[in-house]
Amino acid sequence: MSAITLSLVVAGLALIGWLTARTRAAGFRTGAQRFSSLPTHHGWYVALWTVIPPLVFLVIWAAVSPAMVTDAVLTNPAATQLPPPGFDRASILSEARELGAGRAFGAFNETSRLLAPAYAAAQSRYDWIATALALLLAFAGGAYAFTRIRPGFAARTRIERIVMGALLAASLIAILTTIGIVASLVYEAARFFSVVPITDFLFGTHWSPQVIDPRDPGASLGAVPLFWGTFFIGAVIAMAVAIPFGLMSAIYLTQYAAPRTRRWMKPILEVLAGVPTVVYGYFAALTVAPAVRDFAVSIGISWASSESALAAGAVMGVMIIPFVSSMADDSLAAVPSAMRDGSLAMGATSSETIRKVLLPAALPGVVGGVLLAISRAIGETMIVVMAASGVATLTANPFASTTTVTRQIVDLLTGEAEFDSPKTLAAFALGLTLFVVTLLLNIVALRVVKRYREAYE
Amino acid sequence: MSNEPKMTARHVNVSYGPKQALHDVSIDIEQDKVVAFIGPSGCGKSTFLRTLNRMNDTVASARVDGDIRLDGQDIYAPEMDVVQLRARVGMVFQKPNPFPKSIFENIAYGPRIHGLATGKADLDVVVERSLTRAGLWNEVKDRLTDSGTALSGGQQQRLCIARAIAVDPEVILMDEPCSALDPIATAKIEELIHELRGRYAIAIVTHNMQQAARVSQKTAFFHLGTLVEYGATSDIFTNPVQERTKDYITGRYG
Ligand SMILES: Nc1ncnc2c1ncn2[C@@H]1O[C@H](COP(=O)(O)OP(=O)(O)OP(=O)(O)O)[C@@H](O)[C@H]1O
Ligand SMILES: [Mg+2]
Repeated sequence: MSAITLSLVVAGLALIGWLTARTRAAGFRTGAQRFSSLPTHHGWYVALWTVIPPLVFLVIWAAVSPAMVTDAVLTNPAATQLPPPGFDRASILSEARELGAGRAFGAFNETSRLLAPAYAAAQSRYDWIATALALLLAFAGGAYAFTRIRPGFAARTRIERIVMGALLAASLIAILTTIGIVASLVYEAARFFSVVPITDFLFGTHWSPQVIDPRDPGASLGAVPLFWGTFFIGAVIAMAVAIPFGLMSAIYLTQYAAPRTRRWMKPILEVLAGVPTVVYGYFAALTVAPAVRDFAVSIGISWASSESALAAGAVMGVMIIPFVSSMADDSLAAVPSAMRDGSLAMGATSSETIRKVLLPAALPGVVGGVLLAISRAIGETMIVVMAASGVATLTANPFASTTTVTRQIVDLLTGEAEFDSPKTLAAFALGLTLFVVTLLLNIVALRVVKRYREAYE
Repeated sequence: MSNEPKMTARHVNVSYGPKQALHDVSIDIEQDKVVAFIGPSGCGKSTFLRTLNRMNDTVASARVDGDIRLDGQDIYAPEMDVVQLRARVGMVFQKPNPFPKSIFENIAYGPRIHGLATGKADLDVVVERSLTRAGLWNEVKDRLTDSGTALSGGQQQRLCIARAIAVDPEVILMDEPCSALDPIATAKIEELIHELRGRYAIAIVTHNMQQAARVSQKTAFFHLGTLVEYGATSDIFTNPVQERTKDYITGRYG
């Protein structure tokens, strides 16, 4: 039975359960007696008990059944011809599975052709088992629920609890996925660090993953130039653009702009935040980078790179302006207006009031916003993939080219190296480092902002 | 001292957008005296007080007509410098609003922006004098670097008064300065007003009849945006001319 038929049958069972339970519960109502649950609640209670057990079962089944099918196949006599566990064995088995399921038509491998029928048989056997178990569970769940409904039964509260459980499961999935991602990152990074000493990686100043000496892979996998490049582009150049412009636009919008101006200007700034980063990327690569280079050449820096740190960083800064501006806007707006009135009543001008009272008062919020902005900037990928260089150089010259962590991750993973070479694994180590740094930045920033909010509550 | 009033207001009308909040108010504020503005909530006391130092300028919808003079000089004249005006006519708000800076910096703020004190020594003198006049010096002299917001409500309000005094104003406007304070802190502020009288012209908005009677020499009663009666405090409280004033003072409405 296919998955669709199975779901339809279960849904049908649920519907039957819903109808019978409702009818039965409707019969409870006699006279003026009041029950906590309406007949529909009883109906839903039974329906949910029909659907959820097979659903949970199928989710678990999807996770464990492939291994069971493979185990069954390995009992086949042809399996003795398989190579020992490893990459080849896995690829022959997966080929056999595809053949057996009819998704592939030719086989490279004699063994996989022999094993294919065994796969098909095992798969269909287990599918039948799964279907039977799912239907049995649906039926059992529904029947159990049906026996429980009686006049005083609080079906309504049970449903409430089930709904809450479903919502909790939904939010847990997001968290668990993140944990899973982090775990795989840590796992792969650990494999990397078993080959390359962590000190070489964190403190080495030479990065050239194209040529790795197998006897000393750490010598060409020192990530300091990448860390520096990331910091230079994301935290120095980008912030040199984003902080002043973002702050000034926030000050203008909160303190000077007439409500009418603010009404159209603020949404426009917010729309800027929604421009796809790839658009900024080609703006940086095609427009800004050549312009920066021409400018540098015109002032006598003949060696200026057309993949300069300045171009990538400046465009990244522009991208982040709306973000800084809206954080600063919120912080300034959170300063009580009594503060502003107090200063104005002392005879201070608007700009004195902003500089000496409002900005200092809003500073923690602004700083928190800037930290969040930095954490976004250093994780930003598209702009640097398009506009920054792939070559790691340790330089503080904005007209020279530099690379970033994100850019290198892309380069490493889109290359042709095998999956478990130090070169590929280095991408995970970089990813983990980036993750840890942005996580710390976010934690600090959110704390600062939260403290600040509390100060004015 | 001359007998010329410190400030004069003639035929003042104020509206917020289409809504008129004050109708044809005329009043004199005398040097050496404390004048109390009383009246039911929403009658326009704060609005009137804020016309006297042009704080209504900060409200986009507010429109002020009429003639208001400080020492005979029209404060709404185009050549009037608002910064100067507000240095001469200080203001204390209903809710204490110290800046989130140290006590010292709170007081030094005004003198700095108006260039009244140069150098640390000068500022020290101004800060001590202002805090002393506001009756706060002994309580805070050992903790001038603490944040102004860490003081108690009553201390914060006296800090705000000290802050206003620090720029040597001629008039001090107070909008319900005690309404957020307990009776002891209130008594201290009232005592302070007594001491400040004579040095500054003071206008105070209050909802508390006893307070008006205690601290002021003249009282103005507002109702529904008009000035109903204005006269010596003793007359207003013992022998009001207008029926409405009498009703309000005796608590028949309010
Ligand atoms: N910023 C403003 N915008 C619009 N209307 C305002 C504004 N400020 C005051 N008003 C209106 O003007 C009228 C007078 O207000 P005002 O604050 O002067 O009253 P008040 O006598 O000080 O009252 P209270 O004793 O409650 O402080 C009220 O009707 C009020 O709604
Ligand atoms: Mg008021």
